[in-house]
Amino acid sequence: MSDTPAEAHGHEHPKHELSHYAKRIYAIRDLLLEKGVLTEKDIQCQVEYQEARSPANGSRLVARSWVDPAFKARLIAEPKAACAEMGIDATAINEFVVLENTATVRHMVVCTLCSCYPRPILGRPPDWYKSFNYRQRAVVDPRGVMREFGLNLADDVEVRVHDSTADIRYLVLPLRPKGTEGRGEVELAKLVTRDSMIGVMDALSAVPE
Amino acid sequence: MSRGHHDVGGLPDAGAIEQSEHQLSDWEILADAVNQALGARGIKRTDEMRRAREEMDSETYRDMTYYERWIASIETILIEKKILTKDEIDRRLAEFEKEWGEP
Amino acid sequence: MGRAVSSPASKFKPGDRVRVKFEDRPGHIRTPWYIRGKTGWIERIHGDFLNPESLAYGRDGLPKRTLYLVAFNQADVWGRSAGPSDKVLVDIYEHWLDPAR
Repeated sequence: MSDTPAEAHGHEHPKHELSHYAKRIYAIRDLLLEKGVLTEKDIQCQVEYQEARSPANGSRLVARSWVDPAFKARLIAEPKAACAEMGIDATAINEFVVLENTATVRHMVVCTLCSCYPRPILGRPPDWYKSFNYRQRAVVDPRGVMREFGLNLADDVEVRVHDSTADIRYLVLPLRPKGTEGRGEVELAKLVTRDSMIGVMDALSAVPE
Repeated sequence: MSRGHHDVGGLPDAGAIEQSEHQLSDWEILADAVNQALGARGIKRTDEMRRAREEMDSETYRDMTYYERWIASIETILIEKKILTKDEIDRRLAEFEKEWGEP
Repeated sequence: MGRAVSSPASKFKPGDRVRVKFEDRPGHIRTPWYIRGKTGWIERIHGDFLNPESLAYGRDGLPKRTLYLVAFNQADVWGRSAGPSDKVLVDIYEHWLDPAR
C-alpha cells in the first residue's frame, strides 16, 4: 500500500529521515483509510479548509471596521454574523469575541494551557504563539513581550491579557494608525498584521515596502 | 498532584520569544488534517486530545515538537477507543520503512 | 464587548467579586494553576458550555456549565504589575468560582 501524500504544499523531507512520530502519522492515516474510519476526501477537505484560512481574512474585517463605524459595531456585537457579511466562514468558532483596542487600552491573547487560536479566521497560529516562552510570559509580562515585538506602551495605557482557556476565541481589533484618513479598505488592510490581531503589536503605521 | 506540564502560565525562566517561523512539512499538514477530520467525523473531541497530551510523560512532552505531540495524542485516543491497535500501527510503519529505505 | 448571554440560572453577574477555588484536582482541568486562589470580578457571562473535564474522558459533557470572563488586577495575581491598571482575564467555569467580598 503506497503512501500517497496529502495534496499539500508542505516542505518535503525524504520519509526515511523523519522522526519516529512524524513517520507514524503515515501509518495511522493509511490504517484509518483502510478501515473506512476516514476517507481521502475527509482529509483533503481539511487540508483545503486550512489553506483557505489566513490572516488576510482578519485584516479585511479590521480594515472595514476602521472605515465603517456601523460595521465595527456589528463586528463587536455579533462577530460571526459580521464575518458572514464579508464571506468569511466563522461557523466553526463556538463563541467569538472581538477585543477593541483604544488609545488607552490594549489587548493581548494567549492560550497558556495549549494553543487555542481563532483558526477559522486567521489560519494556523505562528510557532511563537505555541511556544512555551510565550505561553509562560504573556500573562505575567505582557509589556515585555510587546517590547520584543516593537511596541512600547506608556504606564497610563491599560494592558489586558486574555488567557483563552475555553471555547471562546478572541480577535484583537487594533487601533487605526494616525494619518490614514482617506485611505481605502484595501490599503488599510495592508497595515493590519497577524501579530496586531493577536495583540503583541499595534497595526503598522505605513504600508510595508 | 501538582500542576500539569502543559499548565505553564507564569512559570519563571522563560526566554525571548523566537519569532522565526517554519513552513509546515507534509507530515505536519497531514497530522493537522487527520486531527481535524477525526473531529469532523465525531470520532474524537478536542478535550480528549488535550487530555492525552497532558497525560504524557513530562520529559517526552517537552522534547517533542508541536505536531509530534498531536500525532502521539491521535494515536493514544485511537487506541483507547479501540479503533486501531499499537501493533497494527507498528506493523504498518515497519512496512513503510522498508519501502522508504534506510535512514 | 458584544452582547453577553443572559442566563437567568447563572450564579454570578458582571461586577460580582469572585475567588477562584484553590483545588488540586486530577483530570483535565482548564483553570490554570496561576489563577487558582486568586480574587477578581466577573466581566462577562459567556454562556453555557459542555464541561471539558467530562468531555476529556469520552463522556457527554452534560450538564452544561456557565462560563465567565473573570478579570484580575495583575498586582493581585503576581504581587506586581508593570502598568498600574494592567489586568489578566481568564475564561473560568462556574464550578471553579466562589463569591468573594
